[in-house]
Amino acid sequence: MTFRKYLVLAGITVFSTAGDSLLARGMKDLGGFSLHNLSGLLLAILNPWVTAGIILLLAFFACYMSALSWADLTYVLPATSLGYVLVALVAHFGFHEVISLTRWLGIALIAAGVGSVAAGPSLTPSHQRQDSRDLSRDTVSQEVKL
Amino acid sequence: MNEIYAWAAIGLIILASTTGDVLLSYSMKRVGHVGELWKRRGALAVIGRVLATPTFALGLTAMGIAFYSLLFGLSWGNLSLVVPASASLTFVANAVAARIFLHERVGRRRWIAALLVAGGVVLMAI
Repeated sequence: MTFRKYLVLAGITVFSTAGDSLLARGMKDLGGFSLHNLSGLLLAILNPWVTAGIILLLAFFACYMSALSWADLTYVLPATSLGYVLVALVAHFGFHEVISLTRWLGIALIAAGVGSVAAGPSLTPSHQRQDSRDLSRDTVSQEVKL
Repeated sequence: MNEIYAWAAIGLIILASTTGDVLLSYSMKRVGHVGELWKRRGALAVIGRVLATPTFALGLTAMGIAFYSLLFGLSWGNLSLVVPASASLTFVANAVAARIFLHERVGRRRWIAALLVAGGVVLMAI
């Protein structure tokens, strides 16, 4: 794992959290949808909060795809959950919101889970990749052998 | 009634996003290390190679379904129910799916992580 790879994982955390928050903010403006009002759902994209949220989620997606090209899905996924921790910490230390004991416990569980995965290998050899001859020259497969 | 819609949306989010994650992960493993490819052949080669992978389009479609299910879910249910419920269950579903379809070695370390993260997400929403 290089510094650049940690940067990509950090990008996943920050962009997905910020994007989701902006989307949620935009959806509050728009109110409820029903199955009879599908056009409203498509028009949701025109709301500026939703637009900003989608741009950030696109940045998240680029980081996510990059990470998946060199790491296992089960390695990358816990990184996305660190966003919840990030939001709570910003709320506590930035905006002085009170965080309940159960939330601190949740933060601890997520952090422990992420730490547990991060301490292990980022890529585990799969049968498919080992058998595939055209992929054997790729850097990903080389990293598996290391 | 809205509660049933919300849970239906949660179920759809879990199914669609797990399918999407597995397909996208499979596609990117076929594409190979994006950073290395970028250095050797440039950005256009990376984008071209990603778009030329058929499973990528399928994965993207599944993610699109998951995204719109989330928008539906958020309009029917509370943010504090829909997001943690779908996120935590998706972690567990993904660990199972990655093991079955991607042949990832989900060892004890990663099972524990999936359960810890899922539990943590739920606790943070209470």
